[in-house]
Amino acid sequence: MIPFDFEYYRPESISMAVEWFQSLQAQGKNPIYYGGGTEIITLARNQSIQPGAVIDLKSVPECNLLGFQNDRLVIGACVTLSTLTAVNPFPLLSETAQGVADQTARNKITMGGNIFSEIPYREAVLPLLLSNSHIVIAGKQGIREISIHHVFSEQRRLEAGEFLVCVLIDRTYLTLPYVHYKKRQIGFVGYPLVTIAALKKDTQIHTAYSGVCPFPFQSAEMDRLLNDISLPRAQRVHEAILQLPAPIMTDTEGSASYRKFVLQQTMLDTIHALESR
Amino acid sequence: MSFHDAANYPVELQVNGEKQFIRVRAADILLYTLRDKLGLTGCKPGCDNGDCGACTILLDGFPMKSCLMLTVEAAGKQLITIEGLKNSSVQYAFARNQAFQCGYCTPGFIMNCQGLLNAEPDAGQETIRLWLESNICRCTSYEEIHQVVMDVFKLKNEG
Repeated sequence: MIPFDFEYYRPESISMAVEWFQSLQAQGKNPIYYGGGTEIITLARNQSIQPGAVIDLKSVPECNLLGFQNDRLVIGACVTLSTLTAVNPFPLLSETAQGVADQTARNKITMGGNIFSEIPYREAVLPLLLSNSHIVIAGKQGIREISIHHVFSEQRRLEAGEFLVCVLIDRTYLTLPYVHYKKRQIGFVGYPLVTIAALKKDTQIHTAYSGVCPFPFQSAEMDRLLNDISLPRAQRVHEAILQLPAPIMTDTEGSASYRKFVLQQTMLDTIHALESR
Repeated sequence: MSFHDAANYPVELQVNGEKQFIRVRAADILLYTLRDKLGLTGCKPGCDNGDCGACTILLDGFPMKSCLMLTVEAAGKQLITIEGLKNSSVQYAFARNQAFQCGYCTPGFIMNCQGLLNAEPDAGQETIRLWLESNICRCTSYEEIHQVVMDVFKLKNEG
């Protein structure tokens, strides 16, 4: 059980959600936005967080969009990962989402919840980085659209009181050649040692990583080295790994040295698979 | 919808075809509301963390881990617990294949299989594997559970 009380609010519009957040914050109730809620419930149960109020966004229409507007795919923050996979508008994103938790849990975990969660993996963000997607953010300053790269440079950068409304992906990215590898310590369910999502666009391979560093990332410098066909593949991988944005993680899933070994092999698989396509 | 009394929220649930009017804390977890307020002890507390699947119920026809849901979130949803299944082919297949030892995980497995049968009656091996990964059996009755699934989905064992 959750050993403390909080208030529950379920706004039906973006403006209502923002107004309630501001009001509750002014009252000192430490409000928190709530989507699927799996992480909030888990953290609240062990008292790692103690919000005085939760604002459930699932009745906000814009947070439930899933379809095309002009030439962009729109995915609402409250769309569950299982819905996303079932509808499958972006196969790389579907495959990446399918690697998160398990099928039943994915009926509750949302797109917004995964990419803005506290865990270091947040794998659903990888295809968004690769597709240079934009995200729509709501807050007391209004609604704004910004590049995923501006928000997701190592750590999330949302202002207090802001929430993700939806993700926008240019249609041209949806059908590009791709690969997705998720390497776990054991089995088919669980956190990754290494996850790589990669797209090939205009002869160039673009890669994004989870499980390697304490945050998901894409690195233009690593991609430049991986695409330098004047070098043997193994050397490209070796030099790209020297450009990692942070030291490789060690945790219960695997040591840094083991992760590096798995990363090298997976990067080689990625290049091999996409260079021939 | 909004509530302001954190400890006394009125909620109307549709559980096993019946309307239930209850009052809960906003922080109450659905699993424990079903068990402690409604006496539906078929959904089992296991890990309390969304890992084991023992607490699985059907929410609008789809499997849901009730330990990962606030009771207030379930307002207006159709809930089915193991007590609400009647003459399900999945239940008969579990009994016929003796697909349990201690039986603690069985309701969760049955509800997940039932959810899959509802959603994809012609599911293939890969889809079945994907869905059944959501549940854990500590007694490791996996061979028998696998046979249940083969029966229910009328699949032939390979190899």
